[in-house]
Amino acid sequence: MPGGVARKVEDLRLVNLTKQFGGTKAVDDLSITSPAGSFFALLGASGCGKTTTLRMVAGLEDPTHGQIFIGDQDVTELRAFQRPVNTVFQSYALFPHLDIFENVAFGLRRRGVKDVDDQVIAILELVELSALARRKPSQLSGGQQQRVAVARALINQPDVLLLDEPLGALDLKLRRQMQIELKRIQSEVGTTFVHVTHDQEEAMTMADTVAVMNAGRIEQMGHPAEVYELPRTIFVANFLGQSNLIQGMKVSTGDVVEVSANGLGFRIPSKRNVAPGQSIVIGVRPEKIMVLDAHDESKLPAGHNRIYGTVTDVSYTGVSTQYLVETPWGQSIIAFEQNSIVGDRCELGDPVVLGWAPEHTFGLDPAEGLNAGLDHAVLELESDTEA
Amino acid sequence: MRWIRQHLIGAIAIVVLLYLFLPIAVVIAFSFNNPESKFNLSWNEFSLDAWTQICGVPGVCSAFVTSVEIGLISTLFATILGTMIAFALVRYRFKGRSSTNLLIFMPMATPEIVMGSSLLALFLNLSFPLGPVTVMIAHIMFIISFVVVAVKARLQGMDPRLEEAARDLYASPSATFRYVTFPLVLPGILGAALLGFSLSFDDFIISFFNAGTLVTFPIYIWGAAQRGIPPQVNALASLVFIAALVIVLSAQFVAWRKRKSLSVR
Ligand SMILES: Nc1ncnc2c1ncn2[C@@H]1O[C@H](COP(=O)(O)OP(=O)(O)OP(=O)(O)O)[C@@H](O)[C@H]1O
Ligand SMILES: [Mg+2]
Repeated sequence: MPGGVARKVEDLRLVNLTKQFGGTKAVDDLSITSPAGSFFALLGASGCGKTTTLRMVAGLEDPTHGQIFIGDQDVTELRAFQRPVNTVFQSYALFPHLDIFENVAFGLRRRGVKDVDDQVIAILELVELSALARRKPSQLSGGQQQRVAVARALINQPDVLLLDEPLGALDLKLRRQMQIELKRIQSEVGTTFVHVTHDQEEAMTMADTVAVMNAGRIEQMGHPAEVYELPRTIFVANFLGQSNLIQGMKVSTGDVVEVSANGLGFRIPSKRNVAPGQSIVIGVRPEKIMVLDAHDESKLPAGHNRIYGTVTDVSYTGVSTQYLVETPWGQSIIAFEQNSIVGDRCELGDPVVLGWAPEHTFGLDPAEGLNAGLDHAVLELESDTEA
Repeated sequence: MRWIRQHLIGAIAIVVLLYLFLPIAVVIAFSFNNPESKFNLSWNEFSLDAWTQICGVPGVCSAFVTSVEIGLISTLFATILGTMIAFALVRYRFKGRSSTNLLIFMPMATPEIVMGSSLLALFLNLSFPLGPVTVMIAHIMFIISFVVVAVKARLQGMDPRLEEAARDLYASPSATFRYVTFPLVLPGILGAALLGFSLSFDDFIISFFNAGTLVTFPIYIWGAAQRGIPPQVNALASLVFIAALVIVLSAQFVAWRKRKSLSVR
């Protein structure tokens, strides 16, 4: 950090935070703890309340209920300019009448810092913009403006840095580049980052903790791998990556839950199951599924869950092959197979058996409906392929 | 055909420019005339008399100064009031806001002759003595409309994120206004003030009704037109034109310098 002063980093705690706009609850009873110095990603579909949450933390919106703590301090009642929080706005919001240097120096000057030059120069170096210090924002590219916005916030050494989809306007290549840069800056300065995005890959690669938000509530929160490997709701299973979901009924419980679905039996370790009643949805990620010719079923390890079907689509994508397999009950199961397997790939119309380990299976509460979170996931895929 | 297409726009531009500037050129040219008769209408001989003795004709300079003074004072008051009204209209929700919004347009929409005569009726009814004060009151009234409209447009066009960003960066409400809001609205205010001054300076109808014995520059010219306009009026008018030109050119020059200094970096 410019100045090189060691300083304490504070965690961010939101307690029962609620924001009501007229009849709609934009944020509904949100409780989050983002540990000091961590990179926290808030992931969710459009309109789920991410921006509203950040605005409440920044002090630009008053919560209807709830509290915001930074470290031990309750900042709920503090005005925006009194909070040790800075924001990188989605639209950057750089001051058009000030040059880059003055934009970056703005926060320091408002706090009465006398000699800002060294700090501004240092932070501009960090974001590699020293050469452009005297330009106006309108004369910079999108990526450069984005870095100015980050520098302008970071120079104040806030306890918490809020980033509201700062990379949304960038093309894919620049976005990847900025992700790496942001992550580097974060580990360098050690500030608590709260990063809002609806790019799930971005959230997964950058964050220590991701929180998946839906309609003003947190659906699930945890380490990216943990949330991906063991989704706890159908929304998360569908929204974060892709999932195959099959509806069934519990047959027996114990350490392993046995499920009967469409005349087949499936096994799930009971700690991977959250369905409370008899009715259950079992899920598996596409890359966990092995695709074998029906004659080779014996090659499947014993105890694997299995489904029989017919290949209706094969697409070779280089690193993997994607299969669509239709089951006798008319459901399409999607499976990704790495192209490291020696031998023939299955072909269109082949009868196949799909197998996966019970440890890769998860059990979900069917109450939400099988399509929860699906529209968004489809949109996400589409926008990714476009980019 | 191709030739026509390529040169048509240029040709039209030249015609339009001529159309715009020929009258001004004539005014300037005739400021160097030494008219034969009282009427400065036909070219006689070159002379610098009108420029060397620019106040040589009784009343012309005092009328000019009066108009400049009235213009400056009216513009100052109207700009301050109009800016405040614009902020109130955009930033606050109060009773009567939408009707205020509408009423603000009235002076712009009302024919000057109606406004001038009704103001006169008002002043006479109140037995308010006509003079510089009544003229300024009238001018402030119609300049305010232009200021409010210009500043309002500027404020509404401003990204609300900018003020939020300022608050987020430790700027108190007053600092936010001083360092972000005001500088961003300033070009609108200045533009409105410039327009307001020129409207006031050149207003004849409303001033004429409410001036009493006061003689503004337009009123002087109107009076002189009966007897013959002296070339001094042309000289003063040329001065005004040159002043306007200097303002525009220096604004352009500043912008150009900025661009150039940036491209060098
Ligand atoms: N000032 C406001 N007045 C009324 N409703 C609002 C206001 N701001 C947001 N909302 C509503 O609150 C909900 C959450 O909005 P928010 O901006 O937090 O969504 P978001 O998660 O940031 O979405 P996006 O990904 O599109 O930016 C939306 O339904 C929105 O319509
Ligand atoms: Mg948003």
